[in-house]
Amino acid sequence: MRATDTTDRAAAPAQGRLRDRPAGRLPGGAESRPAGHPPVRFVAKNMRLDLRLIAGMIPHGARVLDIGCGDGALLDHLTREKGADARGIEIDMEEATRAVAQGLAVIHGDADQDLAFYPDDAFDYVVLSRTLQAVEHPREVLAQMLRIGRHAIVSFPNFGHWQMRWRLLVTGRMPDTETWNRPWYETPNIHPCTIQDFFDLCAKDGYEVEQWLAVDERGLRSPWRRFVSLANLFGEQALFLLRRADGIPPRAAPATPG
Amino acid sequence: MSQDIAAYTAPFAEVAHQRTVFPEGLALDCGATVAPLAVAWRAYGTLNAARSNAILVCHALTGDQYVAETHPLTGKPGWWGNVVGPGLPIDTERYFVVCSNVLGGCMGTTGPREPRAEGEEPWGTDFPQVTIRDMVRAQHRLMEHLGIGRWLAVVGGSMGGMQVLEWAATYPEAVGAAAPIATAVHHSAQNIAFDEVGRAAIHNDPDWRGGRYWEDGSLPARGLSVARMVAHITYLSEQALTRKFGRRLRGASALTFLEDVFEVESYLRHQGSTFVRRFDANAYLTITRAMDFFDLAAEHGGELAAAFRGASAAGTRFCVVSFSSDWLFPTEESRTLVRALNAAAANVSFVEIRSDKGHDAFLLDEPDFHRTLGGFLAGCAERLGV
Repeated sequence: MRATDTTDRAAAPAQGRLRDRPAGRLPGGAESRPAGHPPVRFVAKNMRLDLRLIAGMIPHGARVLDIGCGDGALLDHLTREKGADARGIEIDMEEATRAVAQGLAVIHGDADQDLAFYPDDAFDYVVLSRTLQAVEHPREVLAQMLRIGRHAIVSFPNFGHWQMRWRLLVTGRMPDTETWNRPWYETPNIHPCTIQDFFDLCAKDGYEVEQWLAVDERGLRSPWRRFVSLANLFGEQALFLLRRADGIPPRAAPATPG
Repeated sequence: MSQDIAAYTAPFAEVAHQRTVFPEGLALDCGATVAPLAVAWRAYGTLNAARSNAILVCHALTGDQYVAETHPLTGKPGWWGNVVGPGLPIDTERYFVVCSNVLGGCMGTTGPREPRAEGEEPWGTDFPQVTIRDMVRAQHRLMEHLGIGRWLAVVGGSMGGMQVLEWAATYPEAVGAAAPIATAVHHSAQNIAFDEVGRAAIHNDPDWRGGRYWEDGSLPARGLSVARMVAHITYLSEQALTRKFGRRLRGASALTFLEDVFEVESYLRHQGSTFVRRFDANAYLTITRAMDFFDLAAEHGGELAAAFRGASAAGTRFCVVSFSSDWLFPTEESRTLVRALNAAAANVSFVEIRSDKGHDAFLLDEPDFHRTLGGFLAGCAERLGV
């Protein structure tokens, strides 16, 4: 969630609200609003495509924590349409303020710092969308997500996409694409990974992949469901639904504040 | 004797505060009972038929029940006139807003300045040491008296925020939503230290007379004004002081060794001298002590999260707000609170409002704060069908 620092934001004011997002804008998203725009109620059709895919994975009435919830589009949708008990964490103060002012339960906080304070199994689903690559300790964050939630939903931009490989091969420099659009020295995306890498980490840490899908540049679900290596080449974004593998207890809860 | 009392109250204009008297009194944490108990209060807006739209506003150390109207004593606008009123974040066209003077205060609620009984001398320093929880219990009496079973929300800043937290811990079923603002779950050593400077200034004023200053009509005005001056510095940030006053001189173009040359000095002295005309020194001692004693974790076996289990089970929604330049109740204190609320699985929102106005920001024009509070309350009201 260490999406950007203030210097970055100050230097790039023209990018609209999306500048606060670490990376990976999906085509077809309609979330960009000029700064200062009055808060609006969200409706599902206006929701970012990946958020709609995520919402589709969450059953009615679930307890949900959305990490990096922005101004709360997913929370609002889940609360209104699915009767969910939906809460959020957002690192950007303006976004968090906007969400709270809409009556959503959002705390101004940080995935790296704040997850440790929730009790085990506090949620049915913990969502981390397009933020994993920007946190300081992704493995720890993932472990926390699957401690405080029974399921985790994670989406991230796939660094194994053919454009990345091609540009690195041809130019010999860090790829510069629509998704990965910041120079290496100021990108907030400090922990990029590929779909293959993510599968490996899940296996290593004992997370069961209940569902996964790759999305192409046009925001459509890609057809390479059966071949991870193809998805890893052509999927621009990845979306995973995880749970703790059977018989593995959550990691010990850290000390709660006194 | 009646002459003495008249002299004691002389610096205060005589104001008949609207109040409710509970003859049976109130048993306090310290073991004593104050009887009768009087609670002075004001209300704005209209209570709906379901009695579900009531919001309790809790005031800070030197605030009082006159939240949103001209103060009868000072003639100044209500202390939260920019937050409570028609169309404002705490919308009196939608909510029934109640605010009462705290137990131990000096605006009509039972406290050191009030007579022990009709025609008797004031409590003075014999007034028992009250706690924040005692203040909340007195407010709970008022709630029952008003026929309200559950507040839509309890809202307050600074010491008002402590009361909000105590409400959630002590009467969770009676708190639909809680908005503790610019506050903490206990006073830090630094907070206590500043309070002690203020108390020492009062104690060391020869006019304090061991707390019986009212006997001969005097007032520990110098001590109380120094206490106010010190406290006032803690309410402001360095930037706010610099912006307001800088090193500007008052009516002089160059530094001399005459008194009162810097504008900031003159401002503080004004703050101090107007304060003594409206606040009772013994009440100041009593209330600052109550704040220093407040420790929500200690009240719950040392585990802060335990204080909020009841509220979590009752579905109380929390909205915690801090201000970035508040060094009296820094954001980190609010984070501690938020983490404990999360540990108790409570429903919590939290924002740190960027402001350079220090602790006082919660009283000032802060649009982000007002939007947050207004939106939070509206969301709670909507959810509860108010």
